[in-house]
Amino acid sequence: MMTELAIDRGASTAGEEPPGEVVDGRASARVSGRVPPSPLDAPTIISVKDLSIFYGDNQAVFSASLTVPEKRITAIIGPSGCGKSTLLRTLNRMNDFVEGVRIEGAVEYRGTDLYDPKVDPVEVRRQIGMVFQKPNPFPKSIYRNIAWGPSINGYQGDLDELVKSSLEKAALWDEVKDRLHDSALALSGGQQQRLCIARALAMEPAVILMDEPCSALDPVSTSRIEDLLFELKQRYTIVIVTHNMHQAARVSDLTAFFENGHLIELGETQQIFTRPQNQRTEEYVTGRFG
Amino acid sequence: MSEVALVEHRADPPRVPDAAWTGEPSGNLLRRHLRAAIFHRLCQGATFVGVAFLAVLLVQVVIEGWSFLDLDLLTSLPSRKADKMGIKASVVGTLWVISFTALFSVPIGIAAAVYLEEYARKGRLSTIIQVNISNLAGVPSIVYGILGLVVFVRALQMGHSILAGAFTLSLLILPVIIIASREAIRAVPSSVRLAAFALGATRWQTVRSHVLPAALPGILTGVILAVSRAIGEAAPLIILGVPIYHSMIPSAPTDDFTVLPLQIYEMAKRPQAEFHQVAAAAIVVLLTVLLLMNATAILIRHRWERRVI
Repeated sequence: MMTELAIDRGASTAGEEPPGEVVDGRASARVSGRVPPSPLDAPTIISVKDLSIFYGDNQAVFSASLTVPEKRITAIIGPSGCGKSTLLRTLNRMNDFVEGVRIEGAVEYRGTDLYDPKVDPVEVRRQIGMVFQKPNPFPKSIYRNIAWGPSINGYQGDLDELVKSSLEKAALWDEVKDRLHDSALALSGGQQQRLCIARALAMEPAVILMDEPCSALDPVSTSRIEDLLFELKQRYTIVIVTHNMHQAARVSDLTAFFENGHLIELGETQQIFTRPQNQRTEEYVTGRFG
Repeated sequence: MSEVALVEHRADPPRVPDAAWTGEPSGNLLRRHLRAAIFHRLCQGATFVGVAFLAVLLVQVVIEGWSFLDLDLLTSLPSRKADKMGIKASVVGTLWVISFTALFSVPIGIAAAVYLEEYARKGRLSTIIQVNISNLAGVPSIVYGILGLVVFVRALQMGHSILAGAFTLSLLILPVIIIASREAIRAVPSSVRLAAFALGATRWQTVRSHVLPAALPGILTGVILAVSRAIGEAAPLIILGVPIYHSMIPSAPTDDFTVLPLQIYEMAKRPQAEFHQVAAAAIVVLLTVLLLMNATAILIRHRWERRVI
């Protein structure tokens, strides 16, 4: 049953990936005109335009506009409840699973609005993966954790090789290579989170969204994951939500500061932390509140 | 301001000077210990009452039926003589009707639970459905018998066949299976679902590969409890017109049949004391079947929970 479905998916999506996507993304960003130019001299991969998010009658995000440059790390910071995680979930349609969410505005990925009715949310999540706040490996073996996503999506290559390379990319291979068929739940918290990153990488997504990926981890595991982010930046675009300002300062190229659902300031990380333009940003990054 | 705080501080209950502290219970501690002990004994007593009655019942039944508990009991057909009396026809009838009942009710029950938990929008309609399923689980079994009589026996012309009995018992245990399966599915953490969705899985792939395997032990427990209930049912089958004395071994789903509880009832109401002993022996057989089913469920459950998939 599973293989049948997997083949279906593979067949129906195989022809849709446009060649030269990077050029596409750059072009569309320029044509639309409304999007501010992406900093750091990198093409824009995601642009959020006048995005408002509502939970029932409560508005969580107020007409935010920002661009995410390709193969860079974009950090979204701000105090708890400022709407940063809510915003992150709209970038790969994971908010579809939250009851009563409504959005206005657009989220464009390589020029296509992800909320266009013809866009299949399952297809979106193949392109834009996610790592969650608490490590959430499947209660299965380490191997199955990695192999499941590709196999249901019709992966035709060598699964063993894919599992190995994904674990290597997530700097976990050496620790688990002798126990690939043991339960993933036997790993430590930090290892589980790297497994979740490896699981996301196995899908070869273009973008990885990370929702406070280190908040449940100890400092040593945290620094391993931060090192990993530098490696991953060579190949992937990363958007990371964190309420740890030091983490944002250490790992990201671009930082967006949110407060009470408003995008207060967006800029190169160095500028945000050394010469913030906004009073509130300065108070937050210097630790005066939050 | 600081004066107020000082006054409040003085109003605190006086503390025992440290030098006088011996470590022995003081204040109301003895009374609290006494209450704790009383509650402990009450709970212990309640447990004992339940277990003791079950043990007395078991021992009494085994003693009474002991002289008739042999292989002949299982392999013989009913007879007018107690020493030739057997329960083969009703054991086979029970197996037939329970197999079909499980066949109908388990897939439908689990599918309904999956729909209600994973697909249905949470709203007023789903609340109404949920309340009604809970109510159905509490409806007396004899009411299902009347329903079965009207729908299956009469309207659908099934007669009091194995199929009519199985359909009726299926309706009876469906709510129990749905409720237990829903609980088990709901207990699967949503983080597992989100992880699957974030990998580009469809709803069905998520349910099939992650939700159902994780919920299986709980679902299985509910299924076994429900099927055990169906095995012991007599009332709805009587209403259907299932005979309490039936000496033919059924060989097809459309055959007439009887079940163990009905034959036990038939033997127990005979005047001769020997038949009461055969009835006791049959009760032991019924209880053994139930215990075996429960044991199997526990075994499968443990295997599954330890399994790394």
